[in-house]
Amino acid sequence: MIYLDYAATTPLDARVLDALLPYFSGDFGNPSSTHRYGQRAEAAVETARETLAAILHCRPAELIFTSCGSESDNLALRGTALARRAQTGANRIVTSRSEHHAISRTATALEKDHGFQLDWLESDATGQISAASVEKVLSQDTALVSVMYSNNEIGTINPLREISGLCRKRGIPLHTDAVQAAAYLPINVDDLGVDLLSLGAHKFYGPKGIGALYIRQGTPIQPTQTGGGQEFGLRAGTHNVPLIVGLAEALRLADAEREARCAHLRPLRDRIIGTVLEEIPEARLTGHPALRVPNHASFVFKNLDGNLLVNLLDSAGFACSSGSACKTGNPEPSEVLTSLGLERDWALGSLRVTLGTGTTPGQVESFLSALPGLVEKARALTSLPGRGA
Amino acid sequence: MSNVVVAMSGGVDSSVAAALLKQQGHTVTGVMLRLWSEPGKEDSNRCCTPDAQAQARRVAARLEIPFYVVDAKEIFRATVVNAFLEGYTRGETPNPCLSCNRHIRWEFLFEHARALGAEYMATGHYVRLKKNAAGWIDLLKGIDPAKDQSYVLHVLTQEKLAQALFPVGDYPKAEIRALAEQFGLSVARRPDSQDLCFLAGEDYRGFLQRHAPQASQPGEIVNRAGQVLGKHTGLANYTIGQRKGLGLASAQPLYVLGKDAARNVLLVGAVEELGASDLLADGINWTCGEVPPAPFRALIKSRYTAREVPGLVTPLENGRRAAVRFDAPQRDLTPGQAAVFYDGERVLGGGIAIESK
Repeated sequence: MIYLDYAATTPLDARVLDALLPYFSGDFGNPSSTHRYGQRAEAAVETARETLAAILHCRPAELIFTSCGSESDNLALRGTALARRAQTGANRIVTSRSEHHAISRTATALEKDHGFQLDWLESDATGQISAASVEKVLSQDTALVSVMYSNNEIGTINPLREISGLCRKRGIPLHTDAVQAAAYLPINVDDLGVDLLSLGAHKFYGPKGIGALYIRQGTPIQPTQTGGGQEFGLRAGTHNVPLIVGLAEALRLADAEREARCAHLRPLRDRIIGTVLEEIPEARLTGHPALRVPNHASFVFKNLDGNLLVNLLDSAGFACSSGSACKTGNPEPSEVLTSLGLERDWALGSLRVTLGTGTTPGQVESFLSALPGLVEKARALTSLPGRGA
Repeated sequence: MSNVVVAMSGGVDSSVAAALLKQQGHTVTGVMLRLWSEPGKEDSNRCCTPDAQAQARRVAARLEIPFYVVDAKEIFRATVVNAFLEGYTRGETPNPCLSCNRHIRWEFLFEHARALGAEYMATGHYVRLKKNAAGWIDLLKGIDPAKDQSYVLHVLTQEKLAQALFPVGDYPKAEIRALAEQFGLSVARRPDSQDLCFLAGEDYRGFLQRHAPQASQPGEIVNRAGQVLGKHTGLANYTIGQRKGLGLASAQPLYVLGKDAARNVLLVGAVEELGASDLLADGINWTCGEVPPAPFRALIKSRYTAREVPGLVTPLENGRRAAVRFDAPQRDLTPGQAAVFYDGERVLGGGIAIESK
């Protein structure tokens, strides 16, 4: 099997495993305990926080650990929207339908449960949210803006710096979901100008089950999970010490090796994009042709069931995913692809190929030699009589 | 050893089928159809609820075989459900499992299996295959008479039979249950399925009312003399041979003799009038491989739950149709159901009953 779905998750880096293992049974203490077991565990957590802070160019106290990217997104949206409204009365949340569901469904839950009003941003045909489109909807009543750093399905990078300039002028907090971006893009929060930023470790060769949220000092936020006073009172629950250590080590490695990893991946990605568009009829690149994360190639093929293609690829030994990511065989185009303005006969035929540090040129070549035939097979099956694609 | 794709449902039979094939050393892949349900009832479709799918996934994971879901919603609605509605609208009692097996399982899914590299497709049906002296593949009843499913699989051609495997047909059901335990497939504990999957546990009449309202139009009940005896509630609500529920006051018990869809009339009569000895079947598949050259005696099963009864089968129109003359009149010959011809354990062929008299 060849794994080409690194945007879904990545394997744990062996160095990360080495770093975190001692904290399962040797240094197993609870960081909240006062004895020396607790002190050692606390030291590990705070060292991890400092490591992260150095990479994000923030203060350690501006970072809290969560259980995953989705939790970070939830805390950012719920915690800040509610706190901002309590402070200022602002009642509108600005975001887009091409966000990860952790954002878009949290926004609709805030609408339904808490009476917030939503302003949905429209992306352009490359999936990008322009600063101009954000500017149009910003108002005194905006409690929070959330725009993802890069899109998980189509890889497009958003112009966060321009958007943050607009928000900052108006004093509106800006959150970004950087879960997909952090592996390859710089995450200096001052350069980006964001006030909240979500991370999830398993996208950059760290463990699953651990995430972090950057919260710029002074940003209104209230906890969504209450209990003990961990994480500055913003996230109750005993610290997951080994995974926190793993998250920090994984991000440290991603930062240190960022240039090398990108240099390895970019030509492989471009080889895939170029070959697919050249050799497969009725194929289109989805997302931005240039402003995209370096490990990410995504396509739509006309008149083809993307789930079926992914199954055929798996059967042929290649693990990829489809934009209408659905294991249940119920094909519906994703909101992201629909928001690109793709017609249904294109939007159903999506394929996402995402590369990682383990991807070799040989793997890419063997994928590229198999794909055209499998697309043809999938098209033949999709067009069987009676089957409306 | 071969590449085999197993059509899985999450139930015991197809799960054990997959396990047996894996044990025999084949390279096994599990597939599951996602079929159509009424919008809003997707969670209750018996064959492919999220729950059934989760069970099939667990079985596949236990057996360490890859597992894929194949979307068949549109084609299932367009072929099986439509034929079901049209049949009732014509006054027939269609059997959607037949068209599903023919068109969805053994054409649509079969093509997918081949695309996945399969040399064989297997299901958890209780039937057996055996090559005979003439080189044809015989479709035989399952060992367990209570579970035999050869009736629905008479639709398979020799070409399909040559690429089919039915691993559970050699076992009684009780043994399959025991094998499931042995294989550690405790997830495969769903009860045997009986109802039509897309009815989601509902009575078919409500479904027809929503989707084929013309089959549920009230009309007249008449006898052979043309006398109007009462009102019926829609032809779809009656089956041939039915006595109860007619709501007629009559000196002698009355039975449903037939339906005239064109006039929306339900024909009833006395028990002596009930029964027909002749049946014409259309769209015959000669499961056995070739059209018998002459009329032949066979045991005929004219509904899934009917007993086989003896009669003479005469192939017509180069075998496209067949005339069946039963040795004794049958009370419940029902247009829309299949008549399947048996020579002992062996399925010779069968087709859909289009008229009886």
